[in-house]
Amino acid sequence: MSANGKWEAVIGLEVHCQVRTATKMFCGCANQYGDAPNTHVCPVCLGLPGSLPVPNEEAIRKTILTGFMLGCQIAPVARFDRKNYFYPDMPKNYQISQYDDPLCAGGSVGLDPFQFPKELQETEEAQARRKIRLVRIHLEEDVAKSFHFEERSGIDFNRAGTPLMEIVTEADLRTPGEAFAFLGSLRQILWAGGVSDADMEKGQLRCDVNISVRPAGESKFGTKVELKNLNSISGVRRALVHEIARQIAVVEKGGSLVQETRRWDDNAGATFTMRTKEQAHDYRYFPDPDLLPVRTDRGLQEAAKKSVPELPSEMQARLVKDFGVTAYQASVLACDRVLCGFYEKAAAATKNKAAVANWILNDFLSTQPDPATTPVKPEYFAELADLVTAGKINSAQGKKVFAELVANPSSPHEIVKKMGLEQISDTGALAAMCEEAIAANPRSVEDYRAGKMNAINALKGFVMKKSQGKANPVQIDEILKQKLGG
Amino acid sequence: MSLAHETVASLRRRLAKKEIKSRDIVTDLLKEIDAREKTIHAYTQVDRESALKAADLADVSLPLGGIPIALKDNLNATGDPCTCSSKILEGYKAPYDATAVARLRQAGAVFLGRTNMDEFAMGSSTENSALGVTRNPWDSSRIPGGSSGGSAAAVAGRIALAALGSDTGGSIRQPAALCGCVGLKPTYGRISRYGLVAFASSLDQIGPLTRTVEDSALLLSSLAGHDPRDNTTDPRPPETFLSKPTNSVKGLKVGLPKEYFIPGMDGETEQAVRAAADWLQKNGAEIKEVSLPLTPSAIAVYYILATAEASANLARFDGVRYGRRAADPRDVLDLYQRTREEGFGPEVKRRIILGTFVLSAGYTDAYYRKAQKVRGLIRQDFEKAFQGCDLLLTPTSPEPAFKLGERTQDPLKMYLADVFTISVNLAGTCGISLPCGFTQSNLPIGLQLIGPRFGEEKMLQAAHTYEQSHDFWKRMPPL
Repeated sequence: MSANGKWEAVIGLEVHCQVRTATKMFCGCANQYGDAPNTHVCPVCLGLPGSLPVPNEEAIRKTILTGFMLGCQIAPVARFDRKNYFYPDMPKNYQISQYDDPLCAGGSVGLDPFQFPKELQETEEAQARRKIRLVRIHLEEDVAKSFHFEERSGIDFNRAGTPLMEIVTEADLRTPGEAFAFLGSLRQILWAGGVSDADMEKGQLRCDVNISVRPAGESKFGTKVELKNLNSISGVRRALVHEIARQIAVVEKGGSLVQETRRWDDNAGATFTMRTKEQAHDYRYFPDPDLLPVRTDRGLQEAAKKSVPELPSEMQARLVKDFGVTAYQASVLACDRVLCGFYEKAAAATKNKAAVANWILNDFLSTQPDPATTPVKPEYFAELADLVTAGKINSAQGKKVFAELVANPSSPHEIVKKMGLEQISDTGALAAMCEEAIAANPRSVEDYRAGKMNAINALKGFVMKKSQGKANPVQIDEILKQKLGG
Repeated sequence: MSLAHETVASLRRRLAKKEIKSRDIVTDLLKEIDAREKTIHAYTQVDRESALKAADLADVSLPLGGIPIALKDNLNATGDPCTCSSKILEGYKAPYDATAVARLRQAGAVFLGRTNMDEFAMGSSTENSALGVTRNPWDSSRIPGGSSGGSAAAVAGRIALAALGSDTGGSIRQPAALCGCVGLKPTYGRISRYGLVAFASSLDQIGPLTRTVEDSALLLSSLAGHDPRDNTTDPRPPETFLSKPTNSVKGLKVGLPKEYFIPGMDGETEQAVRAAADWLQKNGAEIKEVSLPLTPSAIAVYYILATAEASANLARFDGVRYGRRAADPRDVLDLYQRTREEGFGPEVKRRIILGTFVLSAGYTDAYYRKAQKVRGLIRQDFEKAFQGCDLLLTPTSPEPAFKLGERTQDPLKMYLADVFTISVNLAGTCGISLPCGFTQSNLPIGLQLIGPRFGEEKMLQAAHTYEQSHDFWKRMPPL
């Protein structure tokens, strides 16, 4: 809802997501980003005369997997269609997509509060954990990439034919924050399933937005505007904030909006008209006669079902329940399967599971490690947590051990020994030192016995000094109290 | 006798016996080409040097080892142009082999040249070629049929032993009928379409044009089979066709669809085709009348579906990546518009516009979707007919070859040339045209046998038996 509460935005997203596969959607070329232009091309992805597409089963399976993860109905028979329009980055001047019979229909994405922008995470909007319904998920081929030079343009067809999933939401989103959280929550799920790297900077996740405003409480939709060229999750939020304000300003002044497609310019921080409804394409969809209908009910669905992973929301709940980590820590762990695996190994080696989470997520993560390759073994954090919790070293010493652990990875027990940090817990030695302290500080002893309980600190300090800081403070306290009170 | 006058089967036997060499065949064919190609103009390109070279290297132990074959100019063969008889593919050289071409190569065939066609296979007379018209070897004032008119005229004119064509609505069978040779349209999915420049993907099928049914079966045996590059090919294991000729039609149930014997059709054609039916009956076949009630709708359905598919298939010819590009375009729209304006001929433009229209918002239900439904019903008509018989027998073309220029101003009349062949493509079954007589003015008449899906073997057996009991296939054109 807008700041003045009079208007409500209605937002729907069309998310394009490259599917991570070995080869392209309809040919055997490598599905690989970042190589020299036009090195992963063949007659099929160049659209040469006579070439024919053959569907990539891995891409179909991963789309079905995504459908399972998002609670969609999977079509027993799906079809590919041709979407016709001319553009230089489209080799055939039609895109193979799905129209009437997509692989997945329905489903939803739950908004994870921790995927909202930081400053909104505590708000009601974030805590509501709304479920955003999906219309469908279909599979298509990505287009090539155009480059414009001073005199001419060039096209890199390496990207042409990359499998691309389009995830279409219902118009269920109401705020830029929700759109932001939707993309973050979705991305986590895609990561979990190994479906896509979903890196927006690399163009692996792209998003078009449909947005309209209407008076709060109204059930009819306002005039819809489509926004294109949204290249980051934060860009989506910025574009929506701007576009909602623009639309409200227009209608509040008594103007009316036109149904159109607008381009977001992130540098200018504004949207500009691309084409109006009259200029809209007629895509003339029809079933692609080169491709047989895809039967998903003959093994493909079973195969996809087998690879359904623990979902981020399930994982978060489990981490909180089984390991006692905070909800926030659980959300951080759920975002990164490798880090989470690292943590789970550490936690398995100790009873102090929450303490281990603190060491790993607060201290270790701030050193920006790569949990997949770090020489720091997860078990070390279990040892460290145990040493501190058992009082073998104090927390200040714990920090020192941690610093050494990162600099020269080895077992914390060894480090404690090497650094001479092991506390003196030998009762006999400590008792002797306490006797010595009592004998050397008669004044403090007198004060303590007179009721000045703080006077005991001078005695403790004497023992710590004598032991070069290694005396176990808990034991000293006990021994002194016993001797003085006895 | 020139080796150019023999059949593939007899030349294979002679090559195996080392009586002749592959080079001798190529040399004889080149001699015939020198004598007659100027008149017929069946080829868009003759590969003299490379054919001789390939002949010298040919392994005659292979199924088609050392046999020269001509390719319709819409089949990609590595290093060769593939013009589709269109200006828009000027300068394009194929960087890959069509699967059909690769299979012929593997079978040891030698490529003799590329044959003329209606531009992008759109036409029934080969007059829609941007590279000149082809003439019928039986009467050079007449068309050879189309769109595989170059292939049919080359085979009939003894300047090729065999050629590949493609058949979307009759483009192999109709020119075969009009030129007096054998043209086979296999079942949809029998031969890979990979590398065949698509006209209408759900109807296109590659097939051989030959002098005899035996040669047709020989080529089909090498061409057929599943291809991982074509999703629409059938997965059944490879077959060898006509390996044991039965030479009998006894007990064969042959249906005569009454809708194919229409008032106004050419009398000599009807007579010759009915005579063929009588011969079959006399030799033990059971002839019965059947009905394919939706036959009158076939042309309308075809020209909606084929043009719809073509409008998308031909979108890629835009001057961006290959082929002709308009000079000095102002911008990308200008590049598209002028490239296509200059590059496509009028019939291709007509069909692209028609196909774009039938798919357009607001029209697609009335045209494209309705036509799809009727196509399903046509398929059912055939299935029903084949419940009661093994083969159908019809004329291939309602009339013999017409005169050059006679129909170019009347596209609708031109479209009627395919009236007896189109339904086979819509139903996805197989059909073969073979000579069954001549008109008084010495023009060939074609008989069409239609088999059920993947029923080629029975169809070829019947065709072979009929052919070998008659002399029509041996008759030489006057050229």
